[in-house]
Amino acid sequence: MSTMSENAGKVSAPVTESVAATQLRRLSAWRAFEIVLWVAAFAAIFLLPSHMLVLTEIAIVALFAISLDLILGYAGIVSLGHGAFFGLGAYAAGIFAKHIYAEPVTGLFVAAAASGIFGFATSFLVLRGSDLTRLMTTLGIALMLAEVANQMAWLTGGADGLSGVMVGPILGLFEFDLWGKTGYIYCLFVLFILTCLARRLVNAPFGLSLKAIKGNPVRAAMVGVPSRRRIVAIYTVAAVYAGIAGALLTHTTSFVSIDVLAFHRSADVLLVLVLGGVGYLYGGIIGAIVFTLLRDWLSVITPQYWMFWIGLVLVIIVVVGRENLGRWHTFLPNSLQERLARVVNWRLGMKLRGEQ
Amino acid sequence: MLTILFDGIAYGMLLFIIAVGLAITLGLMNFINLAHGAFAMVGGYITVVLMNRHGVSFYWCLLIAFLAVGVIGAVLERTLYRRLYSAPHLDQVLFSVGLVFMSIAAAHYFMGGQQQLIQLPPELRGRIEIFGVGVGRYRIFITVFCAVLVVALQLALTRTRFGSQLRAAVDDGRVARGLGINVSVVFALTFALGSGLAGLGGAMGAEVLGLDPNFALKYIVYFLIVVTVGGTSSITGPFLAALLLGIADVAGKYYVPEIGAFIIYGVMVLVLVFRPHGLFAREASR
Repeated sequence: MSTMSENAGKVSAPVTESVAATQLRRLSAWRAFEIVLWVAAFAAIFLLPSHMLVLTEIAIVALFAISLDLILGYAGIVSLGHGAFFGLGAYAAGIFAKHIYAEPVTGLFVAAAASGIFGFATSFLVLRGSDLTRLMTTLGIALMLAEVANQMAWLTGGADGLSGVMVGPILGLFEFDLWGKTGYIYCLFVLFILTCLARRLVNAPFGLSLKAIKGNPVRAAMVGVPSRRRIVAIYTVAAVYAGIAGALLTHTTSFVSIDVLAFHRSADVLLVLVLGGVGYLYGGIIGAIVFTLLRDWLSVITPQYWMFWIGLVLVIIVVVGRENLGRWHTFLPNSLQERLARVVNWRLGMKLRGEQ
Repeated sequence: MLTILFDGIAYGMLLFIIAVGLAITLGLMNFINLAHGAFAMVGGYITVVLMNRHGVSFYWCLLIAFLAVGVIGAVLERTLYRRLYSAPHLDQVLFSVGLVFMSIAAAHYFMGGQQQLIQLPPELRGRIEIFGVGVGRYRIFITVFCAVLVVALQLALTRTRFGSQLRAAVDDGRVARGLGINVSVVFALTFALGSGLAGLGGAMGAEVLGLDPNFALKYIVYFLIVVTVGGTSSITGPFLAALLLGIADVAGKYYVPEIGAFIIYGVMVLVLVFRPHGLFAREASR
């Protein structure tokens, strides 16, 4: 396979390479809505000082959902146990901060390593089987991990949670404050950096090959995509992301509850991603905003029964059809639609180079 | 020792009765119905309400739970589930998780979060000695009742006209339709039967498994284990898996409580890794 493509490359190397490179560059160019989103997120530090805790939560959920999007949206792996990596990262960061070293950024790396290793080890279990098998395997792993955390009370605090986690200043410089401002800036920076990395990853040939696997594994293999290796790689990356999200939660709350491994976390993150849309990374962020605000609003109205309405939202989304949610703008008048499309699809730098 | 074995068998029988409906929807209709536990929970709550508030006898409650949940299942199948038979699995999961969340909150709202207790009729209470082993009467009732049901189901599936229609509809829906079998009615009836059995199991299990709003979530994992480990191509597979699971769970909780449910989940993952179609499945034909 490789010799073939090399030969083909020799014949028309300049042409194909430039076309492919241009297309990839077009894909990875920054779009207007992304820039607006990030500017808004950073502006919120100054504009919404009283909502730091909610914003922090949104940032963490967003990162978690992005990590699920990497495997669900790009590789097409349905997981009901993604919370396992989130919880593992949360516990790793908590235990590390409590017993070894309190500086959070180091903790992030430790949590990332821990869930990355676990993700790598378990990724071989999702290679085989149908959707159902994958669902059950991921669910089973998450349940096992929850059971372990519950039983190893000497290390994890068991059902009472891991308390007494003292988190030091970030990089030794920035102390976490009472209003959560430092926490939000910290989470936002991590989210921003990791989203940029994920963008880079999915808009590279690597991401395209994942989409090929999702679309049709047999054909992907025929054009020479090593699908097993790709799935292992993306699953590990997603585990790292989820672990970092969990670590962020530990660092901003100074506490790890057994709840981080609960089933509803895995279900919630699915809902978040579906609310925002699957397969373009920003679905995680938009979904996190919608979900968190929705839940906060519902839990103010019906403190005990918000779960009902969340469930109803899920049912309605599915019955209406997920793909129709993404097409809401088709109900707008035509002129508005065109303008919207132009704004959304505007890409940074493209006009200057005259490629659009 | 033997008591544990017997308890395990009764427990497994119960799991099977609830899970058999799931085996049908999962295996035959290829629908991932995580809301199956919610049907069982509804059956349990119907029994609790009827017995404790209206003084209906336990046996009538079982029948009513079976019928009522069956009807609920049929209605939901006609209105909602049917649209999703060919939907991606992700949609089915989201939909049924949504139903589970709704049922949990609804149970909280109507019944409160506490454990529900039922008073069994006097002839089912207490223990009797069989060959020197003390066995709960209710466990015997469950075991016998469920064993009869299993045999009846197996006969219904293999010997009756409806059973062969169902198997035909599952093997190749298109051809079955071509032969004049009304596939969607067959599926609806089967779905109703499956939910009804879940309701019956939930009603019988209220005393054994406990009943609180989290029932729908807590036990769905067990039902799924039964189905995935047992395979979905026959009734005997899930039945054996349910028995194994029941015995292993009761024995595990008795002898090594510190490990808890860890073994069961571990075994499930291992089975799925090495036998993705289940432990007792014939090789997948499709």
